[in-house]
Amino acid sequence: MIDFAWSVWNGIPAWSQVTLVNLVLIIIIVLPVVLGVAYLTFAERKIIGYMQVRIGPNRVGPRGLLQPIADVVKLMLKEVIIPTNANKYLFVTAPVLALAPALVAWAVIPFTDRWVLANIDASLLFVLALTSLGVYGVIIAGWASNSKYAFLGSLRSAAQIVAYEIAMGFALVGVLMSAQSLNLHEIALQQAGGLHQWYLWPLFPLFVVYFIAGVAETNRAPFDVAEGETEIVAGFHVEYSGITFALFFLAEYANMILISALASVMFLGGWWAPLNVVPFTWVPPLGWLLFKMCGLLFLFLWFRATFPRYRYDQIMRLGWKVFIPVTLVWIAVVGAAMQTPLGFLFH
Amino acid sequence: MNFEQLLFYFFSTVLVAAAVMVITIRNPVKAALFLVLTFFTAACLWILLEAEFLAIALVLVYVGAVMVLFLFVVMMLDVNLVRLREGFAEYLPIGGIVAVLLVLEMAIILGPQRFGLGNFPEPAGHAADYSNTRELGRVLYTAYVYPFEIAAVILLVAIIAAIALALRRRKDSKYQDPRKQIRVEPAERLRIVKMPTEKRG
Repeated sequence: MIDFAWSVWNGIPAWSQVTLVNLVLIIIIVLPVVLGVAYLTFAERKIIGYMQVRIGPNRVGPRGLLQPIADVVKLMLKEVIIPTNANKYLFVTAPVLALAPALVAWAVIPFTDRWVLANIDASLLFVLALTSLGVYGVIIAGWASNSKYAFLGSLRSAAQIVAYEIAMGFALVGVLMSAQSLNLHEIALQQAGGLHQWYLWPLFPLFVVYFIAGVAETNRAPFDVAEGETEIVAGFHVEYSGITFALFFLAEYANMILISALASVMFLGGWWAPLNVVPFTWVPPLGWLLFKMCGLLFLFLWFRATFPRYRYDQIMRLGWKVFIPVTLVWIAVVGAAMQTPLGFLFH
Repeated sequence: MNFEQLLFYFFSTVLVAAAVMVITIRNPVKAALFLVLTFFTAACLWILLEAEFLAIALVLVYVGAVMVLFLFVVMMLDVNLVRLREGFAEYLPIGGIVAVLLVLEMAIILGPQRFGLGNFPEPAGHAADYSNTRELGRVLYTAYVYPFEIAAVILLVAIIAAIALALRRRKDSKYQDPRKQIRVEPAERLRIVKMPTEKRG
C-alpha cells in the first residue's frame, strides 16, 4: 500500500509535487491564523471587559471559551443580503479582496530559523505591496454597496491608508538600511544574540511610527474612522451581513496578527530569545515569536479600550506632518551614523 | 509545454483580456478596476522574467497607491455617458487617423527586425540567492546616478508645482490650529460671573 502510494507520488510531475507539498504547508499556516483570529476576538472582548470592570462573554462553554465558535456558526447561518441596485459581483468580491492579501503575506513570514514557506529575496517589499492591496476590499465594498454611509467610510479609509502607508514604508527603509537586506529571514538573523541586538533600540522612533501606522492601516481604534459607528453607523461594511461580513472581520483581525508578527520579526528579534541564558533558552523559538506577537496584540486591544476616536483632520495631520518627517529625519540619522565610527550601533 | 510557459500564457491571456475590458466596459469604476487587474498581471509576468523588484514596485506604486487615488476620483465623478458620446461621429475621422498612425509606428519600432528574439542574446540564468534588488540599487547609484538624481529632482518639482496649483487660501476658512486647541485654558472658554441674588420686582 505504502509502496503504491510512493509510486503514485513519484509518477506525478515534479511541479505538481512541489504544489502539493506547498498546499499542505499553506494549510498548516493558514488554519492557526484563522483560529488565532477567532480567539483574538474572544481575548479582545474579555480584556476590554475587564478594563471596563465587566466580565465579558462567559455563557458558551467553560468561562465563555467556546464563544468564538458560536459566533462563527451564527455568522455562517445568517442570510447574505445584497442591497437593491448594488453591484452584485463587486459586492461579493470585496470581502475576498480584503481577506486574500492578509493571508497571502504569511507566506514570507519566518517563524523560526528554518520554518519559512517562501524565503524570497525581497520579502519585505512583498509584504508591503500585499498590505497595500488590502485597501481595495474596503473601497470596492463601499462603492458596490450603493449606500452613502458605506461610500463615506470607504473614502475615509482610502485616504487614511494611503497616507499611513508612506510612513510605514519609510519606517521599513530604516530597517533595511540596518540589516542591509530586504529578506525578513535575514533581518531576523541580524538581530541574533539577545535583547541588546534588537532593532528596537537603534530604530526606536521607527518602531513607534511603524506600530502606530500599523494600527491605522488595520482601521483599528483610535483610527477607526472607516467604521466610525457613531458617525457613519459601521462605514464600509454597513450593508454586509452573514458570511460576507465575517470575511471583513477575519481580514481585520488577520491583519492585526500580521502587523504584530512583522513588528516582532523586524524590531523585536523574531524568534530569538531575549537573553541567551538558561531559563530563556528552554522556550522553543516559535514560542518566543508567539509571545512577542501576543504582547503587541495586547497593545492593539489596550489602545481600543483607552483612546477615544481621532478626529479625521487630526489623523491626516498626524500621518503627514508628524510621522513622515520623523521617519525621514531618523533615516538621515541612521544613514549619517553609518558613515562614522558610531555605525556599529545601527548594524 | 512546461509549467512556466503555461503560466506565461495564462497571465498573458488575462492581461490582454483585462486591457480590452478597460477600454470597452461602460462603467468607469469597473474600467479602473480592470486596469488594476492589468497592472497586477503585468507584475506577475515580470516575476516570471525574474525581475522581482520591478514587479513588486509596480504593485506597490501603481496598484497600491496610484490606482487607489485614481479610483477615489473616478468614484466621485458623475459621468454622463450620453454627453460623453455626443460628438462621437464628429471626432471619429481624426481620432481614427491618430489611432492608425500609433499602431503603424508601434509596428515599425516593435517589429521582429528590431525586437525579434534573434537580436537579443538569451539572458544568463542566476542562482536562487541572486539579489535583483541589490544589483539594481548598485547600478542606479553608480552608473546611472546623474539620470536618477535628475529624475528625482524633476519629480520633486512636479510635486511642488501640483501643490502650488491646487493650494488656494481662503481668508474666511475656519482653519483649526491643533497647537492652539491643545493649549486652551478653562479660563479662556468659561467665565464665571458672581452676582448677588436679587429680589423679585
